[in-house]
Amino acid sequence: MTEALPRRRFLIGAATGTAAVTVAGAFAAPDLAAAQPQETAPETKSAPKPETTAAAAETPEYIPEPMQVLTATEAAFVAAAADAMIPADDLSPSGSECGVVTYIDRQLAGAYGAGARMYRAGPFHAAVPGAGNQSPLPPLEFFRAGIKAANDWTKATHGKPLDGLEPAKIAEALKTMEAGKAEFASIGSRPFFNALLTMVMEGFFADPMYGGNRNMASWRMIGYPGLPATYADKIDAFRGKRYDVEPQSIADFS
Amino acid sequence: MAKKLPEVDAVLVGMGWSGSIMARELSKAGLTVVALERGANRVPGEDFTLPGIRDELRFSVRQELMQDPSQETVTFRHGTDKQALPMRRFGSFLPGDGVGGMGTHWNAMTYRFLPSDHSLRSHLTQRYGKKSVPDDMLISDWGVTYDELEGHYDRFEKLCGLSGKAGNIKGKIHPGGNPFEGWRSAEYPNKPLKPSLAGTMFEAATKELGYNPFPAPAGNMSAPYVNPEGVRLGACQYCGHCERFGCEANAKSSPNTTLLPVLAKEPKVDIRDRCYASRLVYDKAGKKVTAVVYVDLRTGEEYEQPAGMVFLSAWVFGNTHMMLHSGIGQPYDPKTGKGVVGRNYCHQVQSQVGVFFEGKEMNPFMAAGSLGMVIDDFNGDNFDHSGMDFLGGGYIALNSTNARPILTRPVPPGTPRWGSEWKEATAKWYRSSASMNCQGSNYSSRGNYLDLDPTYKDILGRPLIRMTYNFTDNDRRMSAFLTEKGAGIAKAMGATHIAANARKGDFDVVPYQSSHNTGGTPMGTDPKTSVVNKYLQSWDAHNLFVLGASVFPQNAGYNPTGAVGALTYWAADAVVNKYLKNPGHLMKA
Repeated sequence: MTEALPRRRFLIGAATGTAAVTVAGAFAAPDLAAAQPQETAPETKSAPKPETTAAAAETPEYIPEPMQVLTATEAAFVAAAADAMIPADDLSPSGSECGVVTYIDRQLAGAYGAGARMYRAGPFHAAVPGAGNQSPLPPLEFFRAGIKAANDWTKATHGKPLDGLEPAKIAEALKTMEAGKAEFASIGSRPFFNALLTMVMEGFFADPMYGGNRNMASWRMIGYPGLPATYADKIDAFRGKRYDVEPQSIADFS
Repeated sequence: MAKKLPEVDAVLVGMGWSGSIMARELSKAGLTVVALERGANRVPGEDFTLPGIRDELRFSVRQELMQDPSQETVTFRHGTDKQALPMRRFGSFLPGDGVGGMGTHWNAMTYRFLPSDHSLRSHLTQRYGKKSVPDDMLISDWGVTYDELEGHYDRFEKLCGLSGKAGNIKGKIHPGGNPFEGWRSAEYPNKPLKPSLAGTMFEAATKELGYNPFPAPAGNMSAPYVNPEGVRLGACQYCGHCERFGCEANAKSSPNTTLLPVLAKEPKVDIRDRCYASRLVYDKAGKKVTAVVYVDLRTGEEYEQPAGMVFLSAWVFGNTHMMLHSGIGQPYDPKTGKGVVGRNYCHQVQSQVGVFFEGKEMNPFMAAGSLGMVIDDFNGDNFDHSGMDFLGGGYIALNSTNARPILTRPVPPGTPRWGSEWKEATAKWYRSSASMNCQGSNYSSRGNYLDLDPTYKDILGRPLIRMTYNFTDNDRRMSAFLTEKGAGIAKAMGATHIAANARKGDFDVVPYQSSHNTGGTPMGTDPKTSVVNKYLQSWDAHNLFVLGASVFPQNAGYNPTGAVGALTYWAADAVVNKYLKNPGHLMKA
């Protein structure tokens, strides 16, 4: 079924650090974005699909998707964080190249972002250990507030929003947030970081129909075969042996 | 004003395993039954189909088949001196919703409790003396013994078509099964599942250590099966999408695959989905319940459904909530120790031992909800507790339930959670890791209980249920012991890395632990310490029966559904063969 899908276009050879630079640029604020497109190396865009290459070396052609709810500033922040959490290397393209920003944008634009399946009645109290998140904000607004707080913090400490920093500084800033040591003005840096990391990983590993995990890059990286997952005739035959197949997703059966 | 409907023989509140079993048994006895289910109807052939059913994000992460917390949730605090806060999302446990209840989306591990678990206080005091049970530990006997329940366990297992290997048939020990289990009248209806590599490694290591491994009793069909109701189940595909999912192959025992096809054709049974029971109408002087009030969620209209008998077959929180909100029975007070409703609330003190094997291809995605190898050597009172500083225990299992990548991609301890090093470790270990589960018991404690929250409300305007709960020292010591044993097995398996995480500190509602919550309406023989008698009949309303794990006086080191199924058949037998002939209290207070 996979070969019957013309929408799958690949390019090769981009599975290196250069891809990360390209993508971060694509999500930068508009004035910067205008200066970036040439970095997408248009001549390689139309490169024909190679005969076969190692799955991990295939990079989905990166075309930035329009954002539904994230502002350019927010999308740039998410891209910078996603690319630090999932850096491009020979295991996979970067987080944003895999569609993680698109995934997060769509999730936050939909029912999840609006606070579906969340008890939202007051009164409200500060969170206490063991009792879970107590923020009255639905996820979209929680992320908006968190991104603003994080950018305000990096501006105060490093003079720039997160996505304006060098990759090593981005990673360092995220580590400080992860440890809860970034002093955000409003929201806790650790809960915000954890929520962000959770969403990035969802976007990297969820079925590609949600906008992330393009080309099933994460599934190729770990060797998860995806669908149809019918192994009654394989569990014995492959006991102790690598089950190495081209992964398939929901779209391949729809 | 609620619209009054014509009276029926019985109303059931909640249509999971216990509701479905009771509806079937009552309809066979010729009774008219109305079943109220707040969630949607679920039909496997329509709702659980490929490819959409393999959507981890939708079903596992966003929890589509679970109770919607915006409708009703639970408030939580660690102790009576703390402010309870609502669980704004479910985490540590996931209540079900919809026709089939949690039985739709469980893993289907279906154990029998040990004979001693059913008579726990008597057993422990006989073996270790009266002082062996601490004063604040509220464990008690069920009132019904294992021997009385055996035939009912057997019925439930045959309904489900369990795959497994018996260890004790009529007192004779059979190699390859669990030698500690109570006697069973027959072999399992289906042969064991095909093991995973990790399972075979666990089996070899535990044998070498002198333990007694056996295949986990599984509600996943090792071969197609026709149950005594005439319903056919398919063969398990080892897809690794059981818990939190429905089964497209009809290969997982659930109310939807074993009973609902029969009930759908039964004119005496009227299943009303999206109908949310709000309270029971209680005649305190007459000691009976006369009706159930509910809201039809499709229209918002309120109805009063009169009934000759009422069965609470919602989950632990739903059953307890309904008793408290309807004013039936005295609410439990932890300060005085008096009262019963909300008493004996327990959970499962689970811990994990992650195991990593360099270079081994374990295909962890070839899995099934109850595919596993287990030892029971450290469960219940299967080992001598003399001189130990805790009571209880649990099974230790290597279960190959899934490797769905959003939530299951273990890395060795010390690995960062993101970045290049994390990627490398994830790519390296995803296919070469497994996890052991230490299914610790949870013995009821004076301070752990359920009552009505004074502040927060559900969408019907009722107070939410409030859970006051924490681990006890007994729990932490038990978990440390069990997890240490698990780590020893990991070592014997030759693991490259071992991540043993005993339960420590305070209970946390965020990380998933187990949906094996129990208690709140405990069963027993003394109305001062129990809500229902040994037939699951309310002491305060003779035509009210409470079904499900809310009646457990304490939780054992097993998954609870086998015992829930057995108890439901047991109660149905008492209703049909005793109560209907002579309606009234089946036991003297």
